[in-house]
Amino acid sequence: MMSDQRIIDMNHIIKRFFIGQPNELEVLHGLDLQVNEGEFVSIVGASGSGKSTLMNIIGALDRPTEGDYTLDGVKVFEAKDKEVSKIRNQKIGFVFQTYNLVARTSALKNVELPMLYAGVGRRERTKRAKELLEIVEMGERASHSPDELSGGQKQRVAIARAMANDPAIILADEPTGALDSQTGRLIMDIFHRLNQEQGKTIVLITHSNELAEETERIITIKDGLITGSREGSRYHAVF
Amino acid sequence: MLFFENVLLALSGLMANKMRALLTMLGIIIGIGSVIAIVTVGNSLTNSITSSMESMGANNVTVGLQQKSTETETTESGMTFRGPGRQKQPTESDYFTDDMLDELKTKFSDEVKDFSIETSLGSGQVTDGELYANVSVTGVNDGYFTANELTILQGNTLSEKALEGGKGVALVSDKFVNNLYNGDNAAAIGQTVEVDIGSNFYDFTIVGIYEYDDSASGFSSTSEEDISTTMYVPIKNVQKRLHSTAGYQQFTVVVNTGTDSEAFMTAMESFFDKYYRNNEDFEVSAFSMESMISSMTDMLSTVSIAISFIAGISLLVGGIGVMNIMLVSISERTKEIGTRKALGAANSSIRLQFIVEAMVICLIGGIIGILVGVIGGAVAANALGYSASPSVLSIVVSLVFSLTIGVFFGYYPANKAAKMNPIDALRYE
Repeated sequence: MMSDQRIIDMNHIIKRFFIGQPNELEVLHGLDLQVNEGEFVSIVGASGSGKSTLMNIIGALDRPTEGDYTLDGVKVFEAKDKEVSKIRNQKIGFVFQTYNLVARTSALKNVELPMLYAGVGRRERTKRAKELLEIVEMGERASHSPDELSGGQKQRVAIARAMANDPAIILADEPTGALDSQTGRLIMDIFHRLNQEQGKTIVLITHSNELAEETERIITIKDGLITGSREGSRYHAVF
Repeated sequence: MLFFENVLLALSGLMANKMRALLTMLGIIIGIGSVIAIVTVGNSLTNSITSSMESMGANNVTVGLQQKSTETETTESGMTFRGPGRQKQPTESDYFTDDMLDELKTKFSDEVKDFSIETSLGSGQVTDGELYANVSVTGVNDGYFTANELTILQGNTLSEKALEGGKGVALVSDKFVNNLYNGDNAAAIGQTVEVDIGSNFYDFTIVGIYEYDDSASGFSSTSEEDISTTMYVPIKNVQKRLHSTAGYQQFTVVVNTGTDSEAFMTAMESFFDKYYRNNEDFEVSAFSMESMISSMTDMLSTVSIAISFIAGISLLVGGIGVMNIMLVSISERTKEIGTRKALGAANSSIRLQFIVEAMVICLIGGIIGILVGVIGGAVAANALGYSASPSVLSIVVSLVFSLTIGVFFGYYPANKAAKMNPIDALRYE
């Protein structure tokens, strides 16, 4: 499934916080990262390594202080706020550790949400949301609200939601972190399936080496720099 | 489309937090409710006054006798006493006479169209076995029918001959016929009835039946059967029966159109001056419905404005309450806002969402307030004895106003939400 088409192209990314203040802090020190279309990569690192900062920049939630970042052919941080929202909407599918489903809103409506912001018509929205829920085997629970769903079910809805606008990458931040091992396995299997069957580019952020081994490529980050990039063993963790 | 989704979202949010929503709306409900209630009462009052004014004739000037202001005595200690004889009844020597009226008509031939005079014989009851009808017997002259138009359903109105001769004939209402003759108008004509007024019995022969107009009397707490209707009889007949033929306590001038009633009233008062200058107890006072109505509506609208102002303060407080709760709601939903931003919501979409939410709160509060106000106002108007007529304009204005409050007080919190940093918002616990 791999091709040479670059999806993520980051060059010399520097991120500093508290600029101009006594406690100025440089978290990323000129980091390069390339991810090709259809790849399933994992980014591993201990806490404090700059992993979260990198993820925020990949997800267009934060701007780097220096360096440039091209996502699916679009220079992300030359864009204005409004266009950045559009990039998040169209190019990135977030999967969070804490699911982050909108409360008191049915699974179906949650999946529709990115399409709502994209301006997709009501009928088409509902149709696609139902299809996506079928893919993650949540079709029967479409009308349930988040507090009626288990953790694994919520995460499956969240994955369906991440897929809504057919994004260039799925950015998963510790997606199994809050789940028991069995459910976590289920979620990882869904990611593998999306990667293999639909050719989705997936970036998995984790601190678990075992999970990272499942992916095609493991990128290690330490002290704000990428210290290693190697192929994963493809051995599926049993937890 | 996004707007509609936001309305649904806001509604489901309110349903999930009913108590809080209600408390938030309370200020708006009280504000809008009190404005609507006040306006409804004021409107009802104005409407019933106007309609009774129309039935009486707006420009007609009523001339009556008024007790002269008695001299006051001041004692050494500074206490003020009014002179004796405060509550004097006018006697026959004080009454207006036909001669005075003739002279008035001659002098003011341009203004005076006719005189309408009525004298009450009293209120009583006509009985026929089990059946009864309450009446108030009123003697009228021919001019009365110029000022007050009656719809004759059966028979004839009081003829000139009957009025001149003071015959014992009467016009009764259809309600009267309903009570005593089972609604058979034809059967009632020609019947002689005996009216019991304070154990004095008076006979009248029915010559005509008029249609009772209940719009003029407005809300009445008496039942349909007990309603007292007027029985019109010739005024001369009443005078005969009361053994008082000298004149009248009061009369109404039916003025020609285009007459300045204010100026005419002053002119008339000075005309009567020569008759009453030497009268110890009474002087003449004239007033027109029009002048009374206008001073009354002026007063009402002043009161309405004052109360609306206070209600406006309540709305302001309510609006601040909405803003406060929106700020709370936004900080509670920080994570949701972060999520929405991560999913691609533009700042403007977030802003719209919370402004719509504030608008929905205020609009629902406004609608409840309008219902409370209309019901409260109607109850109050009925209690005062007027038929309720809510003002459509004030309802529309209230709806628009509550939406405006929503936008105004929702903007600041909504903007705060829109400008949140998505990373901080997502991390918020």
